[in-house]
Amino acid sequence: MIPIDLPTIWAFIIAFAVFVYVVMDGFDLGLGILFPLFPEKRDRDVIMNSVAPVWDGNETWLVLGGGGLMAAFPLAYAVLMPALYTPMIAMLLGLVFRGVAFEFRWRTTKERNMWDIAFAGGSLLATLAQGIALGAILQGIHVSGRHYAGGWWDWLTPFSILTGVALVIGYALLGATWLVMKTEGALRDRAYHLSWVLLLAMLGAIGAVSIATPFLSVQYTQRWFTWPNIVLTAPVPVAVAAVTALLLRSLANKYDYQPFFLTLALFALSYAGLGISMYPYIVPQSITIWQAASPANSQVFMLFGVAVLIPLILGYTAWAYWVFRGKVRPESGYH
Amino acid sequence: MFEGWDAVVLARAQFAFTMSFHIIFPAFSIGLASYLAVLEALWLATGREVYINLFNYWLKIFAVAFGMGVVSGIVMSYQFGTNWSAFSDKTGPVIGPLMAYEVLTAFFLEAGFLGVMLFGLQRVGPRLHFVATLMVAIGTLVSAFWILSANSWMQTPTGHAVNADGQFIAADWLKVIFNPSFPYRLVHMVLAAYLTTALVVGAVGAWHLLRDRHLAGARVMFSMAMWMATLVAPIQIIAGDQHGLNTLEHQPVKIMAMEGHFQSHKDGAPLILFGLPNQAAGRVDYAIEVPKLGSLILKHSPDAPMAGLDTVPRENWPPVPITFWSFRIMVGMGLLMLALGLFSLLMRVQGKLYDSRLLHMFAVAMAPAGFIAVLAGWITTETGRQPFTVYGLLRTAESASPLAAPAVASSLIAFIIVYFAVFTAGVIYLLRLMAAPPHPGEQGPSKDVPARAAGITPAAGAAAEGAAR
Repeated sequence: MIPIDLPTIWAFIIAFAVFVYVVMDGFDLGLGILFPLFPEKRDRDVIMNSVAPVWDGNETWLVLGGGGLMAAFPLAYAVLMPALYTPMIAMLLGLVFRGVAFEFRWRTTKERNMWDIAFAGGSLLATLAQGIALGAILQGIHVSGRHYAGGWWDWLTPFSILTGVALVIGYALLGATWLVMKTEGALRDRAYHLSWVLLLAMLGAIGAVSIATPFLSVQYTQRWFTWPNIVLTAPVPVAVAAVTALLLRSLANKYDYQPFFLTLALFALSYAGLGISMYPYIVPQSITIWQAASPANSQVFMLFGVAVLIPLILGYTAWAYWVFRGKVRPESGYH
Repeated sequence: MFEGWDAVVLARAQFAFTMSFHIIFPAFSIGLASYLAVLEALWLATGREVYINLFNYWLKIFAVAFGMGVVSGIVMSYQFGTNWSAFSDKTGPVIGPLMAYEVLTAFFLEAGFLGVMLFGLQRVGPRLHFVATLMVAIGTLVSAFWILSANSWMQTPTGHAVNADGQFIAADWLKVIFNPSFPYRLVHMVLAAYLTTALVVGAVGAWHLLRDRHLAGARVMFSMAMWMATLVAPIQIIAGDQHGLNTLEHQPVKIMAMEGHFQSHKDGAPLILFGLPNQAAGRVDYAIEVPKLGSLILKHSPDAPMAGLDTVPRENWPPVPITFWSFRIMVGMGLLMLALGLFSLLMRVQGKLYDSRLLHMFAVAMAPAGFIAVLAGWITTETGRQPFTVYGLLRTAESASPLAAPAVASSLIAFIIVYFAVFTAGVIYLLRLMAAPPHPGEQGPSKDVPARAAGITPAAGAAAEGAAR
């Protein structure tokens, strides 16, 4: 079973930060991916406004994921970042374009369309890069001593392309169900239709990645399909099936909130599946969380901060979402 | 392509480039966030419309600048891993937690309350909105605290040990955080941020006063900014001097480079005002110097002996010409700021603060002085501690990632192209916002956005102002 020690606690904290990032910036980035499908300026304004007050907080979880990894598992950070060099740089540049577009597109009329393209392109690039990075980690990284020992194109394989595309579909689904929740009228109707298409695509993507992963390494196969592990792993696909059924029903009934939150549940289950595959490795097949962990006094020092501050952060983040709750109406804010 | 290049040099160029672009925005937004908090507090306390107008005017500018700071900052947080992985592995246990605390105590606070600050006045009411503004301002300062602590530890490492894997580990966290150069660096940088912002605010005020000297908003912002220059510029010069003495104690080689002291002086070192440092020959060509003044400033005694770079092995020399010149540029800017502060005080005493065109033109010309000084100061301190990343303990050449030169060169080119395209556009938008005069009924960032969830309409602003009375 999983021993409860400091590196394990920190593995869960980092995993939590990355998961919160994935779902929260996931729908922001998903909106960017869907942007080209909503050419009307009026629709685009509503879409931007639905996340304008919260996107910065969402993105901060990415900084916690990266900074936390450097602090708690410096060896993993030092091996993974050079290994993922190109996807990481691409992600950062994509996030630059996406992030500045939030303000820049309001500051000009002439070039507004240019920043719309930056928003959509940046979101797509960042998402693809994140998905590719995930695939590159799962397929294993060439390590020698305390260094990355591969080349700068090792990350590029059919599997990493598959995970890249899968994440684009997943974020787009998050974005579409977010729009179902936050918008009205014709915009919401379009988001419904898109949610159907994207859900089917997402199920296909989950299936494809799930089938491909065991072929990457014997470790993954043994983790999922041998006794007694299977007692613990079998409920995951069962739960995926159950959530999918609920999600289909909520879309058929045209619910407002359920599709988004059930999509979050689908992400949580897929994420748990990744965790099951990887644990206890932080760099699959070469570095475990114990090998990568920083000394206990570093991890304890930060644990105090995490214990006090993460609940506080979740509290005021929830408050900010509450302040901007409800449907975003083109006319709201004006009488 | 780039096969013959040195990957470490390229990685350093990349860090210098992305860092230089990044620091411009925090230097401005640290000061501007505090200024916005002061403006909103004055509005709440007095109910005067000019303050909420100025608040909304600068809030739009803040939103654009803050956005650029955020996106360029995320790049920095990953650059340690992508380009400096050996450094990350070795120092992660010590400076990683400091940066994690920066995220937890500062970045989330800023980001969490930024949305309410920008768009939420109507939704939460003026008092809660002021709390949001205050949280953003506090967040920027807390962020400066942690990141300067991390940087200072790299300059003057204390409180650490080294483990079996060759990693630095903390032996005493308080000594790590409050390392010897940290208090000086923190004070010097926060004052620099306040001065930088004051000079921009003052320049914008002066620009509009040159067109209409009766414009209420321009008068208020110009007066506030000039008070800041008058009071803070002299304090900053004293703080800088103290920081220099601290550097002399802990990083004497950096001071040798800043002063151009290649040779040791047994009975009093000169102050070299200008000259061309010749690193290869180990001397300053065409030096214009004042005898004994160097020792007087640094040791408070004209005949005090001072060691030069001739006492330091060549492989530990920092690049002297860059350090020497960037230091002079910073000091020059500081003296100009002092001059502006004193000149504005003189005009104020004579009752000509809003009438002196010469003062207004001087203030407009000084708009970029803070940014130039901040960049020059950071270049001084960062090149002056070379060739080490952790001073005296870890060499820069041993800190880099095991990457091929083409990978680093490609990403460097990508950063250069993207940053120039994106940030040039951003600066144009900022200048455009600043070129428009502040006016009654000024609206926040939601002005031209009918769809924004919480637009601040003039009516709502007036209602909010009524509620504040």
